Amino acid sequence: MTIVPPADVLGYRIGPDYWWVILVKAVIIVLFLATAAAYSTYAERKVAAHIQLRIGPNRVGPIGLLQPAADAVKLLFKENVAPAGRDRLLYLIAPGFAAAAAIFAFAVIPVSGTQTVDGYQLHWDIAHLNVGLLYILAVTSLGVYAIFLGGWSANSKYSLLGALRSSAQLISYEMAVAFALMGAIILSQSLDLEQIVNAQHHVWFVLLQPLGFLLYYLGALAETNRLPFDLPEAETELVAGYHTEYSGMRFGFYFLGEYINMVTVSAIATTLFLGGWLPLPIIDRLWFIPGWIWFLGKVTLLIFVMMWVRWTLPRLRYDRLMNLGWKVMLPLGLLNIAITGAVVAVKAST
Amino acid sequence: MVIEIVKGMAFTLRQLFRKPITLQWPEEQKPAPARHRGRHILHRYDNGLERCIGCELCSGACPVGCIYVEPAENDPANPVSPGERYARRYEINLMRCIFCGYCAEACPTEAITLGPRFELADYRRERTVATKEDLLEAWPNFAAARGPNPRGAGADQRGQAARAPGVSPRLAWDEDELIRREGGERTVPGNAGLAPHVPSVAEPRHHKRDR
Repeated sequence: MTIVPPADVLGYRIGPDYWWVILVKAVIIVLFLATAAAYSTYAERKVAAHIQLRIGPNRVGPIGLLQPAADAVKLLFKENVAPAGRDRLLYLIAPGFAAAAAIFAFAVIPVSGTQTVDGYQLHWDIAHLNVGLLYILAVTSLGVYAIFLGGWSANSKYSLLGALRSSAQLISYEMAVAFALMGAIILSQSLDLEQIVNAQHHVWFVLLQPLGFLLYYLGALAETNRLPFDLPEAETELVAGYHTEYSGMRFGFYFLGEYINMVTVSAIATTLFLGGWLPLPIIDRLWFIPGWIWFLGKVTLLIFVMMWVRWTLPRLRYDRLMNLGWKVMLPLGLLNIAITGAVVAVKAST
Repeated sequence: MVIEIVKGMAFTLRQLFRKPITLQWPEEQKPAPARHRGRHILHRYDNGLERCIGCELCSGACPVGCIYVEPAENDPANPVSPGERYARRYEINLMRCIFCGYCAEACPTEAITLGPRFELADYRRERTVATKEDLLEAWPNFAAARGPNPRGAGADQRGQAARAPGVSPRLAWDEDELIRREGGERTVPGNAGLAPHVPSVAEPRHHKRDR
């Protein structure tokens, strides 16, 4: 182990980046995600309201824009009611884990293309990883621990039932989601997310992989526990599922986790299928808009569709959920890989 | 299945762009329906005389005993109501009232009806007791103060049509009296001399089950 001399501390690199650049990017991303999650709750309530011909929150600040702040204050000041028979350590850790697991994936998502600033390669992802997609698949599965540990440690039947359903659901859909992403890997010949985006310069992968995109999006709905796959929470059946016994800011962290997860999942879908930060391929003039705005716009669109779906479709029955995962989505995913692989192989040989 | 989902999604998308039907209360108010049973109103005849004759039938009909009436003899020279007596004090405990409207049904002179007001919450218990000053129609411009009556001016609780001014269909016995007074000199209602009664919690007010 080499000891870094104090003078070189600022010049110390982790991977291709200076350590302080990584720190700044990480702080920005975490703050951004927290804000985005907070305003997603606001957007969700507004979308729900307008679909139901209501107005939605409009009392705190102009058109209710400060509502998330009011909600946060409320959650922070609420009493933390905790069940007596809980596993203290796990009960405490689980909510934080839910939020953390959702944030992890963002470490490798390129918000915009690499730029050269004063001869320095500025990457728009925190960790410039060449196996980013693999990392994402590994890390997003961690979310199930937060849910299962939270449900189990609370020592309540509703929590446990919600946690059991959730683990079964997440594990079932994990596979389908991974298969759905495989098509994009085959097309771009890379696990590096930035290269995957760059491979979409001419055609976004949605057009080449419509089935893959659909499967990923459905799987993402299931993985974020959103309707029509919200069986882990299932208010009408399980009170609130795995977080029944949580209150105050501990519940707030689960809530935050769920909404950050929405952002994350939409960001992954954007990167792999909607061309990431790239503008619309047909219109050249749109290049002046910075990449991160394109990226945010696409993510916002996908999040909106999630909300739109939530306020339209009812919850699936549990056996149908399982059937859909194993008997429909998984075979379709395999079919997608087979066809994509065959086409790519044929093209390469000719 | 896919067609149905697409249909549903299209429907919710269309809903998204429709005008919300929310009424932004309290900034926006909707006129109360014709037979709305809100806070009571003590009515006057069109010449300003109070309809209430202090008979206490409303109090007797009230299933929760929330009405307190203290009758007094009318001064023949300066009467408050066309009958022998009038209500010197008339109070309704709105915390107790169930807005059933039995008082209005029991009233022989249609002096009391349930009105459109419904925002009755308060921070102090004392103020939830409506006094006669609160309940009585203003004079002289009570019609203006009442605003447009959705039932039609003077129409009764059941939404029946307005009747001839100053004449109640149930009040044949005092019709002559009314007509005689209408040509008379009196313009100010006769209860002006009574000091406004400020209710207090300690004061026994309700004669029935409210002890």
